[in-house]
Amino acid sequence: MSTTSEAPKRRGKAPAGERVADWADGRLGIYGLAKANMRKIFPDHWSFMLGEVCLYSFIIIILTGVYLTLFFHPSMAEVTYHGAYVPMQGVHMSEAYASTLDISFDVRGGLLMRQIHHWAALVFLVGMFVHMMRVFFTGAFRKPREINWLFGFLLLVLGMFTGFTGYSLPDDLLSGTGIRFMEGAVLSVPVVGTYLAFFIFGGEFPGTEIIPRFFVAHVLLLPGIMLGLVVAHLILVFYHKHTQFAGPGRTEKNVVGMPLLPVYMAKAGGFFFLVFGIIAIISATFTINPVWVLGPYRPDQVSTNAQPDWYMGFSEGLIRAMPGWEIVLPGGYTLALGVFIPLMIFPLILAAIAVYPFIESWVTGDKREHHILDRPRNAPTRTAFGMAWLSLYFVCLIGGGNDLWATHFHLSINAITWFVRIGFFAVPVITFIVTKRICLGLQRRDREKVLHGRESGIIKRLPHGEFVEVHEPLSQEQLHTLTAHEQYKPLEIGPEVDENGVARKVGRVQKLRARLSRGYYGEGNQIPKPTVEEYKELTSGHGH
Amino acid sequence: MSSHTGTHEDENLPGERETAHGEVANRENPFADPGLPPHEPRKQDIDERAAKRSERTVALLFTVSMLATIGFIASYVIFPIDQMVTIWPLGKISALNFSLGMTLGIALFCIGAGAVHWGRTLMSDHELIGERHPIEADEETKQKVLADFHQGAKESQIGRRKLVRNTMFGALALVPLSGVVLLRDLGPLPEDKLRHTAWAKGKMLVNQNTGEPLRPEDITVGTLAFAQPEGLEEGSHDFQKEIAKAAVMLVRLEPNDIKDKRELDWSHEGIVAFSRICTHVGCPVTLYEQQTHHVLCPCHQSTFDLADGARVIFGPAGHPLPQLRISVNDEGYLVAEDDFAEPVGPTFWERG
Repeated sequence: MSTTSEAPKRRGKAPAGERVADWADGRLGIYGLAKANMRKIFPDHWSFMLGEVCLYSFIIIILTGVYLTLFFHPSMAEVTYHGAYVPMQGVHMSEAYASTLDISFDVRGGLLMRQIHHWAALVFLVGMFVHMMRVFFTGAFRKPREINWLFGFLLLVLGMFTGFTGYSLPDDLLSGTGIRFMEGAVLSVPVVGTYLAFFIFGGEFPGTEIIPRFFVAHVLLLPGIMLGLVVAHLILVFYHKHTQFAGPGRTEKNVVGMPLLPVYMAKAGGFFFLVFGIIAIISATFTINPVWVLGPYRPDQVSTNAQPDWYMGFSEGLIRAMPGWEIVLPGGYTLALGVFIPLMIFPLILAAIAVYPFIESWVTGDKREHHILDRPRNAPTRTAFGMAWLSLYFVCLIGGGNDLWATHFHLSINAITWFVRIGFFAVPVITFIVTKRICLGLQRRDREKVLHGRESGIIKRLPHGEFVEVHEPLSQEQLHTLTAHEQYKPLEIGPEVDENGVARKVGRVQKLRARLSRGYYGEGNQIPKPTVEEYKELTSGHGH
Repeated sequence: MSSHTGTHEDENLPGERETAHGEVANRENPFADPGLPPHEPRKQDIDERAAKRSERTVALLFTVSMLATIGFIASYVIFPIDQMVTIWPLGKISALNFSLGMTLGIALFCIGAGAVHWGRTLMSDHELIGERHPIEADEETKQKVLADFHQGAKESQIGRRKLVRNTMFGALALVPLSGVVLLRDLGPLPEDKLRHTAWAKGKMLVNQNTGEPLRPEDITVGTLAFAQPEGLEEGSHDFQKEIAKAAVMLVRLEPNDIKDKRELDWSHEGIVAFSRICTHVGCPVTLYEQQTHHVLCPCHQSTFDLADGARVIFGPAGHPLPQLRISVNDEGYLVAEDDFAEPVGPTFWERG
């Protein structure tokens, strides 16, 4: 802020820090920013750390990735290896693979950087996945955060592809097999598949273009977009202010927690170092992706137990479980459904979870902002849907590792494949039903607890010989927390005819919405929370 | 909370929360929000000795971090890159990687642990309340923005001069086409490249391991032999591209065991040659079960019966492995009678 004549006169110069801040403020307006944000309140809950894990592992990936680019040669030119790793000396390989060996065996600390990079990528994707589940199951995606949900979803998808392009770069036997798989999948696209494949690979597989092209996607294009999305994601987190769980003093109109300066800064900043430190220790002790064992890629060689990184595993499961349907159309064209259908289901599964917030808000018709999180049990249909989606994901993951399951548990690979084929349809349905029952059961238990108090574990013998367990009444804090959630009423489309006896027009869409709404909030789909009257009636008469 | 739209659609929504924050315990409503509970002091807030202990712990963690960084630099200098050490329970691992990773990890972890401990035990833990404000603009602001927009749109005359508007849309829609056209040279057109391999009439089958041409007697019962066409040199310009299509496997079967008539016709003394490139997505088929004559692709477990025209008997592959017709030349070496009769590898649209 500029000085005016009204500004208080100060004796001597201001401290150096203040003068620097003054200088910056005159150009950037930092005091205005800091006024709103320096003591910004962040609620505390362990599950809010999951997003931080993602952010920090992303930073770690960028730091180590920049280091790796200093030594990696994204070239498929054939060379003969003469480096420090004896078993590979004299072997023909691409420059990409040779430089990966150099990073591992000739650059001091290069192996550590490679391993931190790869481990952090795995942590990043696990983190995003679990963070997304946290947001989903607590309903944190509701208005006003739907756009941020989509940003996060895009980050997950882009993270998957950045991971895929990344682990393909060393051009080792395993990653080359992954690229070959990609070529087969692209070829299965009707009409344009061969053209797409030739354009992507710059000719026939494998060609000499795919590694340099993946390299640009991996180090520039995808992380560039992701960096932008991460910044946007964080700006929105700041702008919306963090959600919080229900509890005493916590409302839709406030946010209760610790200030950014100093507590949150110390904890969150410290947490970055904890995440980085743990990943470094893992990388010091556990080898990941030992490309030197696998050898360079040759299209006519393969290792057994060929597995993608975990986040690609569910797409692998789809492709393994799908029957080999192939239809030859009149005119000499082939529909490779056995590959193309899984290729299409892959984005559909992801899209199902991405669009869910919009479906739920359409069903509820709720246009209000929500800042208090739901406990998963209090949104049984949502929780059941999320669990069904997760179960589908894990069935596919089992399919993706069917050979590992077979060898580790001495099972028949055919039996596992058939389990995945049937489970793909059956397991989500069963999970949905079971989860919903569990949620309703937990709602009943909460209701019991509110009305009858907490089981104290103290057994009392009554004068006439009966044994009873003493129930302690809950405090008002606990009562409030357990009854703070909202319960929707199912949407009614009203009578078929209006008050004048004229048939009302009710669209099919409206009917579907009403039906879904009953499924969400109708009788038997949520347990009515206890009312004050019920509580008073039970507590006034007899005090146990 | 945002304003209601006021339509009948809101009827199914629950009412607003009854209580504002800070409301004192309410006898009428036992479920009411009692407000923030009073702050409970920590040990460090009351006992200066406990606070001192926390201070020393934090300082110790930061000191350990400094020592670990010095250890990192020392490890970098001390350990040769190829030195292996045995560390229980990890086994034999690189001394340099282990020491660099551990020291770096400890240096980072201790900074984090120190900061978090400081934050938890010494910094104030009074919970504070921040207010939320509705995101939606008030009606006045919204009307002002809409009025500004209409004013701007009117002044631009975009609505009145439709010719300008439409040609502008046309130009903007067309201009990205240049970018699309530029992508044409990403690769050549497929043409019939996927239909041809390096095999041709008279080309000898060369053992992939020894590089020597194969004779029928080299193929023994119960083993899988890998072959490639003569003249394909590893390390040569086209090697990867050609081997991706031309790799074949050979097995010797009892001619009586061969169920498929064409397979028998295309074999030589019971020796059959099939493409090794899986018809599913192109992994090399490598696992051979000699009793059943089944081969299995290790990637997605497609299983083919080599005694029955390489028919698919399990897994996601959609059609049999193509067979290479073979015979023996004048010098007694196995040769191809022709290129594959159909495209090898994954299915594609024009395959037919």
